[in-house]
Amino acid sequence: MSETTDLILHATARQLAAWVRSGEHTSVEVTEAFLDRIDEVDSTVNAFISTNREAALAAARRVDERVAAGEELGPLAGVPIAVKDLLCWNESPTTAGSRILEGWVPPYDATIVQRLLDAGLVIIGKTNLDEFAMGSTGENSAYGATRNPWDSSRIPGGSGSGSAAALAAFEAPLTIGTDTGGSIRQPAALTGTVGVKPTYGGTSRFGVIAMASSLDQPGPCARNVGDAALLHEVICGHDPADSTSLDAPVPAVVEAAELADVAGMRIGIVRELSGEGFSADVRQRFEESVELLKAAGAEVVEVSCPNFGYALGAYYLIMPAEVSSNLSRYDAMRYGLRVGDDGSNGVEQVMRASRAAGFGDEVKRRIILGTYALSSGYYDAYYGSAQKVRTLVQRDFEAAFAECDVLVSPVTTTTAYPLGEKVDDPVAMYAGDLATIPSNLAGIPAGSVPCGLGASDGLPVGFHIMAPAMADDRVYRVGAALEKALEARWGMPLLAMIHDSDAAQEARA
Amino acid sequence: MSDELLDYDDVMDRYDSVLGLEVHVELNTASKMWCGCATTPGAAPNTQTCPVCLGLPGSLPVVNGKAVESAIRIGLALNCQIAEWCRFARKNYFYPDMAKDYQISQSDEPICFDGHVDLEVEGKTYRIEIERVHMEEDAGKLTHQGGAGRIQGADYSLVDYNRAGMPLMEIVTRPIQGLGDKAPEVGRAYMSHLRDLMRALGVSEAKMEQGNMRCDANVSLMPKGSTELGTRTETKNVNSLKSVEGALRFEIRRQGAVLEAGGKVKQETRHWRETDQTTSSGRSKEQAEDYRYFPEPDLVPVAPSREWVEELRATLPEPPAERRARLQQAWGFTGLEMRDIFGSEGALDLIDATVAAGSSAAAAKKWWIGELARRANEAGVALDELSITPAQVAAVQQLVEAKTITDKLAREVFEGVLAGEGEPAEVVEKRGLAMVQDDGALSTAVDAVIEANPDVAQKIRDGKVQAAGALIGQVMKAMKGKADAARVRELLLEKLS
Repeated sequence: MSETTDLILHATARQLAAWVRSGEHTSVEVTEAFLDRIDEVDSTVNAFISTNREAALAAARRVDERVAAGEELGPLAGVPIAVKDLLCWNESPTTAGSRILEGWVPPYDATIVQRLLDAGLVIIGKTNLDEFAMGSTGENSAYGATRNPWDSSRIPGGSGSGSAAALAAFEAPLTIGTDTGGSIRQPAALTGTVGVKPTYGGTSRFGVIAMASSLDQPGPCARNVGDAALLHEVICGHDPADSTSLDAPVPAVVEAAELADVAGMRIGIVRELSGEGFSADVRQRFEESVELLKAAGAEVVEVSCPNFGYALGAYYLIMPAEVSSNLSRYDAMRYGLRVGDDGSNGVEQVMRASRAAGFGDEVKRRIILGTYALSSGYYDAYYGSAQKVRTLVQRDFEAAFAECDVLVSPVTTTTAYPLGEKVDDPVAMYAGDLATIPSNLAGIPAGSVPCGLGASDGLPVGFHIMAPAMADDRVYRVGAALEKALEARWGMPLLAMIHDSDAAQEARA
Repeated sequence: MSDELLDYDDVMDRYDSVLGLEVHVELNTASKMWCGCATTPGAAPNTQTCPVCLGLPGSLPVVNGKAVESAIRIGLALNCQIAEWCRFARKNYFYPDMAKDYQISQSDEPICFDGHVDLEVEGKTYRIEIERVHMEEDAGKLTHQGGAGRIQGADYSLVDYNRAGMPLMEIVTRPIQGLGDKAPEVGRAYMSHLRDLMRALGVSEAKMEQGNMRCDANVSLMPKGSTELGTRTETKNVNSLKSVEGALRFEIRRQGAVLEAGGKVKQETRHWRETDQTTSSGRSKEQAEDYRYFPEPDLVPVAPSREWVEELRATLPEPPAERRARLQQAWGFTGLEMRDIFGSEGALDLIDATVAAGSSAAAAKKWWIGELARRANEAGVALDELSITPAQVAAVQQLVEAKTITDKLAREVFEGVLAGEGEPAEVVEKRGLAMVQDDGALSTAVDAVIEANPDVAQKIRDGKVQAAGALIGQVMKAMKGKADAARVRELLLEKLS
């Protein structure tokens, strides 16, 4: 790898955009560097389901032409980006990580994809994910498991496995994820990257293949808080094509990230999300981070959210209920996979065979769960009760935010575990999302910022910041302050350590 | 036909009927319920579709505000309460022409509820209580190729999604009881009322034959004196006023026969067969379908402000029944005459407009439900699809009254206008239909006829005035019909007195 290429791959998105604007590096040069990097390492990482070199280079050339013409460009123009393969892009197949959508190229672009293109970002490919975004390990993809760049025997987290791993493996400087129960934040935590789930309704879901509509929310993934904020402002904002989209100004997250100041802020530690159930490694880094924030001037208090104990259970009723309905359209009749249509089978047999072949185990499990939870006679006991819990969780947050500006917790219960460890124990896998799920149920913004490496395994730990609805800026403000404090301590960003095992060793101490 | 029937009156002696009518009305909004696709009828298959109405992965619905407005106006016109807050729900089931494999509808949170309409049937007033009016979307259309156009035995089926996502209102009654032997007539009167109402509101074309409005008719019987509801059947998609009445009457007779024979009525959907005026068994409903309803997470709740509802209330047209009563009085028609008018689709509005354009009511009625209805029938089009306006009809009638043309010639004028030959006066001119007003020419013609018929002339001179008719006829023939018969008679009698 040439020194220039190395410089490009490790630069921030902000820096890349500045180089493109100044002409120091062209967008084509930058784009090629990442595409080549993907060719080089992705056979190991498997962060990508597809790349589209042609479309990417064409988009990069357009940006370079605009630079040459002296046009004013947006803050991320010319920067490559990879998009979770759950978002429709009519230049590439969109798979949702499933065989059932085999060969399907959407005839339209998701609103977010459109906004990226309009802002001059260069889409280089579609990232791997757990099938239909169902899973916390990246192992449920029909296109093979994604591996954690920190240790390829381990999971990178899910379902945004590819979006997080691509960042950690320096295959892309920015990616888009979606978060239904933690699918942006949990893989961010396990790969030492930054991921933010905006306020529900802050980003458009139009063109994002639905998993659980009332919970799904796309958001930015990056290697640092500042880049995530820049991307956040590109993709957020009202979309008339999504009726759940908020018609309100986008919070000033870039400004908040630049501020990086927690002096005078009240930070609440959620009692129910900080003790039992979290590994010692995770707890240690979390507590240190809280101390750093305190040192930076924040006031730290402990708050209680008594209904969080029911959140996981409620989530695993509401989510599959919506899944069972959203996935019913994959009936093999109009697009995607069709199995057994040789003239000897009727419609129902073809549908059954196609679904049997096209959906993976986790998807089938959730469809069955959801169908059951919604069925007459069980609706009140399951779905109805879960909705009540959802309301209680929302009230817990309201009460907590009456006392503090943000709430914090670890993101995951453990650091990245070995591939295959929880494949046969889905409930254990579900339990890993304990800390991320409440904010999806409440629709509030939340983010994961890397806060060091586990003392015993040298793997990344994430710090979770939750803010009231529409106050996404606070996530960035606290995240950037923590990032600044940690870098001051380590002398470099966490991700730099991925290639520097000595420094990693040191950080564990 | 396998089902035995019982005489209607015999059933009525022993049973009371309970009806439940579910009426679907397709709105005439310019765009679909969830997307901007056009709703133009008759477009080539699948030309009015997009990712949203095709239910493609990732697509999302957005509610059509105009459809909500129409729903509220319908609810207000049916004396309903309008929900302050309501949601859409997903009704999950598979149907081959439903792209998402669920229908977005409203279940227990309809936009309008608790209404009523009062209907007058044969001098008696019946109140129909409306349980709810809810919004939903239509499905696409299947065409089965081979197998005589039915799904069974078809080689393949084609789907046209142009209709998918069209806004549909479902108007549901509470169980209707106490109709005695008038249930079929009341059912028909209710449909007729809804049809007139939809048109008066301007929210739907409400053409039953084109499926803009269709009725699912539920019927059950209970022995007289009983209060326990019997097992019901649901006859789907009945699509004319006559068929609604026929289907209700048939089901009452069929169920009566089943019960009298000691059998049990099967809960099922049935289909009305226009060809032999019977219903036939469809899908069995013994095991109720589980639609797994839940609130539609892709749509925000609908919360119409009270101010808006009141604004819409102020735009309501005169209720059809009141309008009819007012027009009947203004026109001086008998109930029977009014019924003739109601029997002819669209005639009331056309007659009203013709009167407004200066015709007498009697003449307007005569032309529209006589001559013009006949021509519409011949051309196979609806009365209001004829290429003649109420103003033109009024103009023809004014020509008749001015004695420019006779009634008989008026028919030729209509023919000319319908053929696109221009305004009535132009047609009279072009076709040379104006009557001869010149007494001199008439006198000559009368003289000629008297001369040619001396015997008849003599009879008249002898006082047999009734014999004049034959001579008048001959004069009219000589004048090619373009004479005023009364004037001819006057001249003839003058000359023979």
